[in-house]
Amino acid sequence: MTTALLVSLKLAAIVSAALLVIGLPIAYWIAFTKRRWRFLVEAAVGLPIVLPPTVLGFYLLVALGPRSPLGAAWIRWTGDPLAFSFTGLVLGSIIYSLPFAVQPFAASFAGVDRNLLAASATLGASRWRTFWRVVVPLSLPGLITGIALSFAHTLGEFGVVLMIGGNIPGATQTISIAIYDEVQALNYAAANQAALILLVLSFVLLTCVYGLNRRWSGWPWR
Amino acid sequence: MAVGAQVSSWPLKARIRLHGTPNVDVRLELPPGITVLFGPSGAGKTTVLDCLAGLRTPDEGEISSGDKVLFSSQRRIDVPPQRRHAGYVLQDLGLFPHLTAAQNVEYGLSGSDSRVRRQRAMEWLERFRVQHVAGRKANLLSGGEAQRVALARALARGPEFLLLDEPLTALDLPTKARLMDDLVAWNRENPIPVLYVTHDRSEVYSVAERVLVISAGRIVASGRPDKVFDSPQQLAVAHATGYENILDAVVIAHHADVGTMTCRIGPELSLECPLGPHPVGARLRVAVRAGDILLARERPNAISARNILPATITRLERRDMLVIARVRTGETELEAHITPGAVQSLELAADVSVWLVLKTHSCHALRD
Repeated sequence: MTTALLVSLKLAAIVSAALLVIGLPIAYWIAFTKRRWRFLVEAAVGLPIVLPPTVLGFYLLVALGPRSPLGAAWIRWTGDPLAFSFTGLVLGSIIYSLPFAVQPFAASFAGVDRNLLAASATLGASRWRTFWRVVVPLSLPGLITGIALSFAHTLGEFGVVLMIGGNIPGATQTISIAIYDEVQALNYAAANQAALILLVLSFVLLTCVYGLNRRWSGWPWR
Repeated sequence: MAVGAQVSSWPLKARIRLHGTPNVDVRLELPPGITVLFGPSGAGKTTVLDCLAGLRTPDEGEISSGDKVLFSSQRRIDVPPQRRHAGYVLQDLGLFPHLTAAQNVEYGLSGSDSRVRRQRAMEWLERFRVQHVAGRKANLLSGGEAQRVALARALARGPEFLLLDEPLTALDLPTKARLMDDLVAWNRENPIPVLYVTHDRSEVYSVAERVLVISAGRIVASGRPDKVFDSPQQLAVAHATGYENILDAVVIAHHADVGTMTCRIGPELSLECPLGPHPVGARLRVAVRAGDILLARERPNAISARNILPATITRLERRDMLVIARVRTGETELEAHITPGAVQSLELAADVSVWLVLKTHSCHALRD
């Protein structure tokens, strides 16, 4: 059970870190682009929210499998298959949790007063500098929310992990799947223990997020 | 480059056409010194500033600062705002709320040594007398302090021209006056073109050497403030500069020998106006400032003013140190501004009969 918990925590940490890197540029584009087809990108990013995890997991499995171009290339490159591996799990989870990072990021970017961006430009600051010195500091609550939500969402995911990760203890067996296994084996005590850990962990995480955001919203410039 | 050492005396030239609300079509040529861009809200003032700063792209035109072309639709040049060397104080200032006053000023300064930048920022804050708030977050500054910090931030970069969008609105009068003095003093030492946007007539006289009147996206008048405001020639100028009385009229007689013409306003009302290039029979409008109308209880005689009209007060309305009197003469209603003292000593009230006295040169015949 501890192993499964560690796999989950490791997965969640890697995925939320990756989403910070991937999510920032996507969210920036969504918040500031003037392209008319922005809504298409928004819809694509948001898909994992509405799709059943099994549907998403199925397509991911096909995409990562040894007969897909990606899966085949991965085998040629590393010698290992992508499906049913921890790396495959990371890739799938990134896509699955993408909206939970991108949407709060984009919403907070869009909330930054455009006049500040104009002022920054007339003061000679490049877009890059404006982003780091003005947009990011004023979007901190949204960034923290996005990171925490993607962490928590990855921690609790079940369907996608089951479809593409298999159930390999120590490699791809996450805590939510371990709980399922214990219940199937009628081992309720162990299941309860793990479930309680997950419950407390998730609650603490969300409490921190909402607590922090409350403090920020109390800051006078918000 | 040392603080304030950059002295550029290059004029700023612009021809801007932009489709929008309103459509903007202006030509500007700004010498060093303060030029006021004056006009009612929605006339396109901010649009012009945004185009000059590079925040908006004109559909067509050309903008140059000295010998540098900043924008040219023909030559496909569009220098981004970062490299236009414009100082721009936005209407809402655009101070970064998460930074202190000093950090705001430092933000625009180049140079890698942070101690040097900090020191230059402090010098600028001192120059605008806000060094005491250097460590305060921008969102905690008072209105006047914030204006000064924003000005310091824009000027610290040594801009080649300065754009100010209603920089003094929301300030009380003494604060306004002090800040205007500082601005004028700074500009005297650093003669760069300054385009100062406002819709407040009183600010124009205090800062401007030149005024451009903009109305519905077009410059309708330009020149010295007293010339432009005190003798409008066009309807749009009279509207934009806030003439309270604008009356439909017909020229009925010329008196070339005395330099006047008679304009009929209504069946029983005619006004003597300065002789203008309007033929007899021409329809035009006559503008009269409310402050240029005198009220008398008895018919004045032996007086130089040519227009003396019987009237009745319909309403008196007090605003601060001013009384707005609505008076009716014939079928025409006029607005006159008088002092509370005059109301008292003449015992003016609604329904009281008075005589209106208007100098010929207070009646401005307007072209459309």
